[in-house]
Amino acid sequence: MDLRFTPEEIAWRDEVRTFINENLPPEIRERMRLGYAPTKQETITWQRILNKKGWACPGWPAEFGGAAWTPIQRMIFTEENQAAPAPELNGFNITMLGPVLAHFGTPEQKAYFLPRAANLDDWWCQGFSEPGAGSDLASLKTAAKREGDFYIVNGQKIWTSTAHHADWIFALVRTDPNARKKQEGISFLLIDMKTPGITVRPIISIDGSHHLNEVFFDDVKVPVHQRIYEENRGWDVAKYLLGNERTGIARLGKSRANLNFAMDVARNVRAGGAPLIEDPGFRQRVAQIQVDLKALELTQMRVIAAASKKSDGKPDPFSSILKVKGTELLQATSELVMDTGGPMAMPIWASELNALGNEPIAPEWAGYMAAPYLMLRAASIYGGTNEIQRNILNKAVLRL
Amino acid sequence: MDFDLTDDQKLLTDSVSKLLADRYTFEARKGFQKQPEGWSPDMWGQFADMGLLGLPFDEAYGGFGGGAVDVMLVMEQFGKALVLEPYLATVVLAGTALRLAGTEAQKSALLPEIVGGALKMAFAHGEQGSRYDLSDVQTTARPAGDGWVLDGAKAVVLHGGSADKLVVSARTAGDRNDRDGITLFLVDADAKGVGRRSYQLRDGTRAAEVSLSAVQVGADAVLGRVGGAYPVISRVVEAGISALAAEVVGGMDKMLDVTLEYLRTRHQFGKAIGENQVLQHKAADMLMSLEQGRSMSMLAAMMVDEPDDAERERNIAMAKVGVGQAGKFVSQNAVQLHGGIGMTEEYVIGHYFRRAMMFDHSFGDTAYYLAKLASQVQ
Repeated sequence: MDLRFTPEEIAWRDEVRTFINENLPPEIRERMRLGYAPTKQETITWQRILNKKGWACPGWPAEFGGAAWTPIQRMIFTEENQAAPAPELNGFNITMLGPVLAHFGTPEQKAYFLPRAANLDDWWCQGFSEPGAGSDLASLKTAAKREGDFYIVNGQKIWTSTAHHADWIFALVRTDPNARKKQEGISFLLIDMKTPGITVRPIISIDGSHHLNEVFFDDVKVPVHQRIYEENRGWDVAKYLLGNERTGIARLGKSRANLNFAMDVARNVRAGGAPLIEDPGFRQRVAQIQVDLKALELTQMRVIAAASKKSDGKPDPFSSILKVKGTELLQATSELVMDTGGPMAMPIWASELNALGNEPIAPEWAGYMAAPYLMLRAASIYGGTNEIQRNILNKAVLRL
Repeated sequence: MDFDLTDDQKLLTDSVSKLLADRYTFEARKGFQKQPEGWSPDMWGQFADMGLLGLPFDEAYGGFGGGAVDVMLVMEQFGKALVLEPYLATVVLAGTALRLAGTEAQKSALLPEIVGGALKMAFAHGEQGSRYDLSDVQTTARPAGDGWVLDGAKAVVLHGGSADKLVVSARTAGDRNDRDGITLFLVDADAKGVGRRSYQLRDGTRAAEVSLSAVQVGADAVLGRVGGAYPVISRVVEAGISALAAEVVGGMDKMLDVTLEYLRTRHQFGKAIGENQVLQHKAADMLMSLEQGRSMSMLAAMMVDEPDDAERERNIAMAKVGVGQAGKFVSQNAVQLHGGIGMTEEYVIGHYFRRAMMFDHSFGDTAYYLAKLASQVQ
């Protein structure tokens, strides 16, 4: 048993760090350091740089551009990328759709979609949740009726992240409304967002950002050859997708970046006549977060080490621990960031500043302090709520 | 980076686990507790026969040349059975002091005796006024002839009562809280002037208040450098934290198992109480705490021999906080999910609860280490 990185792993970390330092455009890094979510163009720019290097789709099979990294190498890459901070790879393209296409796709589907997904020529979004199908995803109702070589799709998806950026959507639709079990009768379709009959409506979230959408389908014609895997077997595809690629689910690099940002600001703001960073209460919170980060870092290594040993391809129920504890840390660190801002966390400076012609009237960081806190309340809701993760732990491990 | 156990380590874990399952049932433990020492000399002999008492010592002294990970594996099993014997006091605490500071003569004289099971030792460092401050030593040693004379008192000396020999810290120079000027001495437990009042701790293990009144020792009783014991004491305590953390992890493991079994079998409102989602989620929280604690215990074991002082101290401090918080969470909820039966002396859970409780007060509590970590934030 040895916790330390091997010399090879350290060399790999240094290689990744050096590449990011030399190739990540500084203006992207600076905006992200201030807590901005990357823009669409920033994500595309960075993913294309990585793709050119052969690092955009490391988890895919080698024939489609995969890098055959070990799970540890992958973890190191993900964390270095998050901590930079650099835009994360488009997860819909890389960790969700890519492996599904590689596993279930026809040769034609693979040849067309995979290279475009790697290079972010197509921006994908995910059409799973519906107003009546959240945690209980299999009760989805969006209908796809077969008519010759087409499906006619009618219904509504919701909470669709980046649908307003997307060129394509992969969606779960009901192709057999009379199926015996609700999990049966679902199919997995790839749909071009430019198809007539699709309407995207923004949902503005509590941080003021436009990230989420509703997507409406009104007699949308989808060629049958855009179905993945067999008709009515879409639930198998969805399960494969959701179980795939759990490395990075803890997003430790992001929590570290939040903590570093809070500490940076705390060195420069005063509280009680001294830098905030010297305040015992502030320090205590930082120390507790550091302990929790360390524990999760190790738990994540244990899960990853176990993953490199097993070959059954089944998801490790312990990744639910990574999800719950990782999102708790995202929330704790973003709350620390907000509290570090003090009263300066309250105004929405960005829009005010724009209205005033970008004259600097407050410290650079003010106005970005509360947005991650607001946005990351979603972390314990998305990707299977933290309560659903506890159900998974019970079903797979505790068996009560 | 790997988390694999060697074949030897797997064998070690299995054989300790099997021995304890056969011989260290909850009922048997009650009997051991009633023996004069408060533990079982017979089991101690078994541990010696299995080589457990020589685990971390060099082969030159009859040991097995194992490391902190091996000790961790054994302690985890001990934690599952709530082992009462003075393994921590003798092998881990006094053993680490001897390993790090002993002369060749001291090691050759004492380590084989420990390995064989004949010699029990205790680490007499803390005092009633010192709380968790390792440099707060008021016991004194002054030179007299070729040797030294010790005066003072040591508090809550784990297994001080059954020890044959004590490792005693005393101030040979400096003021009460100085790090410099502390010296370790090997003192026979029955030496003239040594008084021991042995008692039970809250968890059923034994400790003693030790008084030293003009205790004379020879020059060869000095363990390590005169006045330079602080770093050794610090390392002994770190080894103790690592070993105890593993014990608590074993205890948490057991508490979760026992609780799950109870949730499956206890019926109320016509169904097993474990069918209630609110209790399932609480149990899932216990599992998450346990695994986070286990990670931290592994961290401690892997850091005990880290040569970089700052790195080692920082990681052990984090591990102490992590395991302490996990132990508290798991044990408190184990009692809560049991309801009334969890409050009784007769049932197992309360015994594990008290063991986890003791951990937090051994070698510095969560608040102490959090404050220490906080002071490094800059």
